[in-house]
Amino acid sequence: MAKQRQTIRDFSAESNLFLRRCLFAVFFCLLLIFVILSNLFSLQIDQFEDYKIRADGNRIKVVPVAPNRGIIYDRNGTIIAENKPVFNLEISIEEVPNLDTTLAALKKLLQLSDTDIARFERNRKRQRRFQPVTLKSNMSEERVAIFSAHQHLFDGVSVEASLSRFYPYGSALTHVLGYVSKINERDLNLIASWGAQSNYAATKNIGKQGIERYYEERLHGKVGYAKLEVDSKGRTLRVLEENAPIAGEDLVLNIDIELQLYVQSQLLERRGSVVVSDPRDGGVLAMYSNPSYDPNLFVNGISQKDYSTLIQNPDRPLLNRAVQGQYPPASLIKPHLALLGLEYQVVTAKTKIQDKGFYQLKDVEHIWRDWLRRGHGIVDIKRSIEVSCDTFFYEMAYKLGIDNIYEYMSQFGFGEYTNIDLLEESDGNMPSRGWKRAKFNQPWYIGDTISVGIGQGYWTATPVQLLDSINTIINDGQRFRPQLLRAIKQDNIDIPEALNEATPLQVLSPENWALVKQAMQDTVRLPHGTAHKAFRNATYSSSGKTGTAQLFSVGQDENVDDLIIADYLKDNAMYLGYAPSDAPQISVIVALENAGGGGSNAAPISRSVMDYWLGEKYARQ
Amino acid sequence: MPVSKTGIQQRDRFLTKIHIDGWLLAGLLLLMAIGLMTIYSASGQDMALIKRQLIRLGIGLVAMFLLAQIPVLFYRNISPFVYGIGILLLIAVLAIGVTGKGAQRWLDLGAFRFQPSEILKLFVPMTVAWYISRVGMPPSLKTLLTALLLVVVPTILIAKQPDLGTSLLIASSGIFALFLAGMSWRIISVFTLLIGSFTPIMWLFLMKAYQKQRVITFLNPESDPLGAGYHIIQSKIAIGSGGWTGKGWLQGSQSQLEFLPERHTDFIFAVFSEEFGFLGVIGLLLVYGFIVGRGLVIASRSQFLFSKLLAGSITLTFFVYVFVNIGMVSGLLPVVGVPLPLVSYGGTSMVTLMSGFGLLMAIATQNRVMPR
Repeated sequence: MAKQRQTIRDFSAESNLFLRRCLFAVFFCLLLIFVILSNLFSLQIDQFEDYKIRADGNRIKVVPVAPNRGIIYDRNGTIIAENKPVFNLEISIEEVPNLDTTLAALKKLLQLSDTDIARFERNRKRQRRFQPVTLKSNMSEERVAIFSAHQHLFDGVSVEASLSRFYPYGSALTHVLGYVSKINERDLNLIASWGAQSNYAATKNIGKQGIERYYEERLHGKVGYAKLEVDSKGRTLRVLEENAPIAGEDLVLNIDIELQLYVQSQLLERRGSVVVSDPRDGGVLAMYSNPSYDPNLFVNGISQKDYSTLIQNPDRPLLNRAVQGQYPPASLIKPHLALLGLEYQVVTAKTKIQDKGFYQLKDVEHIWRDWLRRGHGIVDIKRSIEVSCDTFFYEMAYKLGIDNIYEYMSQFGFGEYTNIDLLEESDGNMPSRGWKRAKFNQPWYIGDTISVGIGQGYWTATPVQLLDSINTIINDGQRFRPQLLRAIKQDNIDIPEALNEATPLQVLSPENWALVKQAMQDTVRLPHGTAHKAFRNATYSSSGKTGTAQLFSVGQDENVDDLIIADYLKDNAMYLGYAPSDAPQISVIVALENAGGGGSNAAPISRSVMDYWLGEKYARQ
Repeated sequence: MPVSKTGIQQRDRFLTKIHIDGWLLAGLLLLMAIGLMTIYSASGQDMALIKRQLIRLGIGLVAMFLLAQIPVLFYRNISPFVYGIGILLLIAVLAIGVTGKGAQRWLDLGAFRFQPSEILKLFVPMTVAWYISRVGMPPSLKTLLTALLLVVVPTILIAKQPDLGTSLLIASSGIFALFLAGMSWRIISVFTLLIGSFTPIMWLFLMKAYQKQRVITFLNPESDPLGAGYHIIQSKIAIGSGGWTGKGWLQGSQSQLEFLPERHTDFIFAVFSEEFGFLGVIGLLLVYGFIVGRGLVIASRSQFLFSKLLAGSITLTFFVYVFVNIGMVSGLLPVVGVPLPLVSYGGTSMVTLMSGFGLLMAIATQNRVMPR
């Protein structure tokens, strides 16, 4: 068919038509080329002088302007993280005729050290092209004056005023606030993953730890830009146009700085942490981990020497023990377990046992000792909490079984993040059959359950988890999780932040809450209670539970008193309490590493914190 | 040293035997040399970049050489089939393609990624040429509408990826074939009007936010001083400060400093203009004009309608690349991602361009063996 058609086609006519069209196309292309050329002629020849001036003489440079980082206040409006003006000596490398001579001259003029020069060389490699590199940050006024007098000798070198983060309370708030530090490669990837590269175009520091890290995006603000007229050497002649950056949000924390400083003063040389919260909203009033360090060291780049000192310190100051320390919860969780026993009706308020100082299963040789060798005699559930009887809880745990314990304690938040506003948080470990199988490929033994019954064995929890769990008990199952951020400050008005709430814990019989809370109150109130001594003559009522976590298991036949135990194997001393008992205003956890018994070491610190807070409060009213 | 006439003839005969058009090859090699020189300057004398570009150019030349060896008749016969496969691949991209840079353009074939829209740049003019060569020219209205359908389907599929630059290049390659086939002036005016009225629809429904932003920036560069508008301003400063003779190779201050964006890729023309001036630009346009002219000569000399239309379409599309790129860099057109052909660094389109020239060379050197 195609062939037939072809026979009637006039090929020379086709060729002619095609040729005509080609000629037209050529004409059209020439026309477009003419358009391009006349446009280029106008740019390159007519307006040559204009463009030459713009290219060689004064140039317009658009520079991003970093937003001011949000300020952080404590709950009473005291500034706890601020931006301080500092003067930095900055070098625009591309503008410097001879860098080596310039550096040598500056070194002599300003008496810079070799470390300064070395740091400059390091930063220079990391800096983005055409961005000035800092030679000396935080210059003294004297040096600024010396340089200013000689500025005309140094092309491309200038003193730039900028704002630098400053933490006025230093080491007291390190683990809460964290710190900002230079943006590194990893941070750049993070920023890219937020899609915020242009927003960080002028930003040098980023939150690395604590609140600074958690609320980075809110604290940072929005970048602005300025159109500058600069001369061919890069010097700014004038600002043509400015689009001001928008400062980051000002944060108000639940922290009370005076209480925080008081807590710090109470810990002295002891390793451990204290967290204080308001059980009515979960707000964290104080959080201190000892030892601490000065966060200001990190802001302008920490020196290698300072950093290795921190890293090599055996007491590990970089660790935030309040949220990262994972300890056996020990007797602190007896109230929780008692609730569980009552809920599952494994025991009742009237159940009594005879404690002979140890617990033994039928036909099993192994014995589980009570901390009190001679035993507590006849005890019921309430007294078992007050005197911290282990035997009662061994037996109850055995009857409950690990599956029930695991399920119920998970609801209390053990083994899970509290979602406090710190990214450093650890989740501890709430052991279960599945966990042990996965971790050790071993079955769960009954003995494991019995250890869990007194908060030992595989069970670990962070101080902030324990504090969160006591707040749940205080509120009869309602859960305000711990939170540092209280509000956003806008035009001097605090706009409250939403509370960190979680699904309430359901119970069958509400009176069980009351029983457990009464037992905790009597732990303090009654003379036989383990915390009675520490709170003698207090002017307010309080409730609590002591805990002494064993880090070293004593052999079956050994006598503890005969052993000299190495310092790092000594018991952890803990106390978890709240006050006043009937209308709690604060809850406190004290967790001291290798400090000995909880009642004698941790409870007194808790008492002084409560004295301070409630005393101060009464005094104010 | 003067070459004797017989010498030229002998050389021509040898080149024809290996299916190379000497004039066209000379033009292409000249462009590549200009490109390498300018990339070297624009990248701040980066030899690694030059090596990578050399490898790409080598691959392109090999592809051109190989494609030139295949009989044109074969291309004609496979046109409708490869077109069909191309359309299926485009649908596959939309269904299961890999997203890169916010657009779905790639098919992941395990070992390598493959961009079907690139091969359509050749398949569409091939198919239109095949179709017209079957029914003869000038095309009737019915023929024209069928042919337009062949063009519009891949155009829309590619525009949806979204890749506006490529879809416009493909649409124009098909329309060039139709124009050369003698589509009547009346119909051309009607279509021009239709496209004019289609523009607002495109703006409202088809264009993505970033595409609209480019147009807005083009109309008002000051609206985005940190972004694309700033780029255009800086690009114009680079071009304008070149003057008659330019600042000299490696001496362009705009190009060597941070001011010029995408210096060695899409905006390389600005570097060239700054360093070689208006006279250099005229020279560069002469080389491009020479290649386009040579392509059209090949097209009109060809004895076979399919070859004529295909060669003409490939040549004119090549010119569109040049015009659009220079237009956008010098502020005449909005910024669309079209490289300056054979001069810009990289670009996935390099191999496609060289394949097109392979077809052109096949057409140029196989004239005598083609049936009428």
